Amino acid sequence: MSDLIKLVESENAARRAEHPNFGAGDTLNVHVKIREGNKERIQVFQGLVIQRKNHGAGETFTVRKVSNGIGVERIFPILSPNIDKIEVLRRGKVRRARLFYLRGKQGKAARVKEKKK
Amino acid sequence: MSGIIGKKIGMTSLYMEDGRALACTLIEAGPCVVTQVKTVATDGYDAVQVGYGEKKEKHTTKSLLGHFKKAKTTPKKKLVEFRSFEGTSNLGDVITVEGFEVGSFIDAIGTSKGKGFQGVVKRHGFGGVGGQTHGQHNRGRHPGSIGACSFPSRVFKGLRMAGRTGGNRVKVQNLEVLKVYPEKNLLVVSGSVPGAKNSYVIIEN
Repeated sequence: MSDLIKLVESENAARRAEHPNFGAGDTLNVHVKIREGNKERIQVFQGLVIQRKNHGAGETFTVRKVSNGIGVERIFPILSPNIDKIEVLRRGKVRRARLFYLRGKQGKAARVKEKKK
Repeated sequence: MSGIIGKKIGMTSLYMEDGRALACTLIEAGPCVVTQVKTVATDGYDAVQVGYGEKKEKHTTKSLLGHFKKAKTTPKKKLVEFRSFEGTSNLGDVITVEGFEVGSFIDAIGTSKGKGFQGVVKRHGFGGVGGQTHGQHNRGRHPGSIGACSFPSRVFKGLRMAGRTGGNRVKVQNLEVLKVYPEKNLLVVSGSVPGAKNSYVIIEN
């Protein structure tokens, strides 16, 4: 990548440093800013990270949760100003970077083991 | 109107305060030098010729060397003329990105990427034949009929057909200047700019 692109993208470093390190298999609380008219409030989206994708300014991560029996996935740009805060609740032990196999599983089969320290 | 010549560096995203992600293009522009000032009296029209990019003296023809010598500058790779240039310009004046304000709008001119010989679907946006059933088997992306029969017994001029695509001069209007880095001669504009990386981009505002 060109040095000049790196220069422009380096301005995101501060926002990136606010977030903890996490990867596929981790369980997160993502605090999302939601605007309704002029009011702004925070909504928490809790779920399992099933992938991190791309790099640089376009980096995103996908969070999956099962809500009332229906699987819900949200994709967040990691640099989005709409993300107020990210909390890591649990580190998962997984053997691959993309956990798409979880989509076909339910209940006990859809669990991820916790990483031992 | 004023202008500058630059080189396309690449694209990235910028995040706005309201949460939107904007695609943006980086253009390394200037510093450019005024190499000739044309006036109605001498050339029949008003224009300013601007040069960008260093070139070796041994690769420059003697006639061009003299041209650059007049402006007291080194040989330049790319020369572009701008009509109705803002303010008074003198030979040897240097134009930098500092003249561009964040939030202002510019037009970008580049040479689009060459696509080679392409069919009518890519070249002119034809819909193709449509269905794949009813016996149709080998002409999904064909143009269809190109004219009538014994009258006019010819194909009209200018009918859109397959051919060389891309590689044209393309102007994109009203791109917002999102950031200016004067120390790096860098402009960040919203949206995309025609052409490949490292190709010349003419910026007008």
